[in-house]
Amino acid sequence: MKQEDLVKEIASIRNLMEKSSKFISISGISSVLIGTYALLGAAYAYYEIYGFDSQMGYRDHYVNEPVIIVKLLVTAMLVLFASIFTGIYMAIKKAKSNRQSIWNTTSRSLLYAMAVPLCTGGLFALISISKENYTAVASILLIFYGLALTAGSNYTFNEIKGLGILEIVLGLLALLFPGNGIIFWALGFGVLHIIYGIIVHKKYE
Amino acid sequence: MANDEYDFNSLKSILDVTDGNLASNLKTLEKENYIEVFKTFVDRKPNTRYRRTIEGEKAFEEHLKALEKLIKQQYK
Repeated sequence: MKQEDLVKEIASIRNLMEKSSKFISISGISSVLIGTYALLGAAYAYYEIYGFDSQMGYRDHYVNEPVIIVKLLVTAMLVLFASIFTGIYMAIKKAKSNRQSIWNTTSRSLLYAMAVPLCTGGLFALISISKENYTAVASILLIFYGLALTAGSNYTFNEIKGLGILEIVLGLLALLFPGNGIIFWALGFGVLHIIYGIIVHKKYE
Repeated sequence: MANDEYDFNSLKSILDVTDGNLASNLKTLEKENYIEVFKTFVDRKPNTRYRRTIEGEKAFEEHLKALEKLIKQQYK
């Protein structure tokens, strides 16, 4: 066998093994968009709580007023749904252009791996809110999201594992420095998604 | 080695081969005892899954080592 054929043979074996176990149709740009939504949501939440004119650092509202809770929840839900929709829509487009199916063994494994931490985190956050325990919510969401990403990273790009760990670290920092939920939210769901979106886009597209 | 189990249709789609081609290759692997075959029914539809055996795993490793050796020889 010629040298190049051998190298090609090994490369195609490795390629097939990757293709059959990793879901590669994640769009880096969708992550940038998701990060932007999160930053917009954080900006809106900041405005609602702190207002534009609070020069002495006093808040216009406190987070335990029911009106604020509702507004924050609605904002969070909007950001969440916009993110999910954008992510799935762009993944489908990318899968089509790669001529791969969006729903197969690997995408199923990815979903199942992420489902448990995500649902647990979501329920934990909702229960905390219902018990009027607001301090840990941002931290909880970041930590469980990071856990979900780390679990799912086995079925997709390795970079996702790094993103997951960073989200967990941010979540723990948010616990260390309570009262700064919005900042950590903006960093974790906003800035990190934008950075990783660019990394993934540059590397795989 | 990348997956523990894989079903016939997923194999066919990812390898992009015909039914007959895939079936005959799988038959050969099964005869060599490199894979195990599991035939079940899912919702009245036949579902066949394949899983590597220990011998199959070893054979794959040998194959990769052999390719490696060939490449190293060519470098001399």
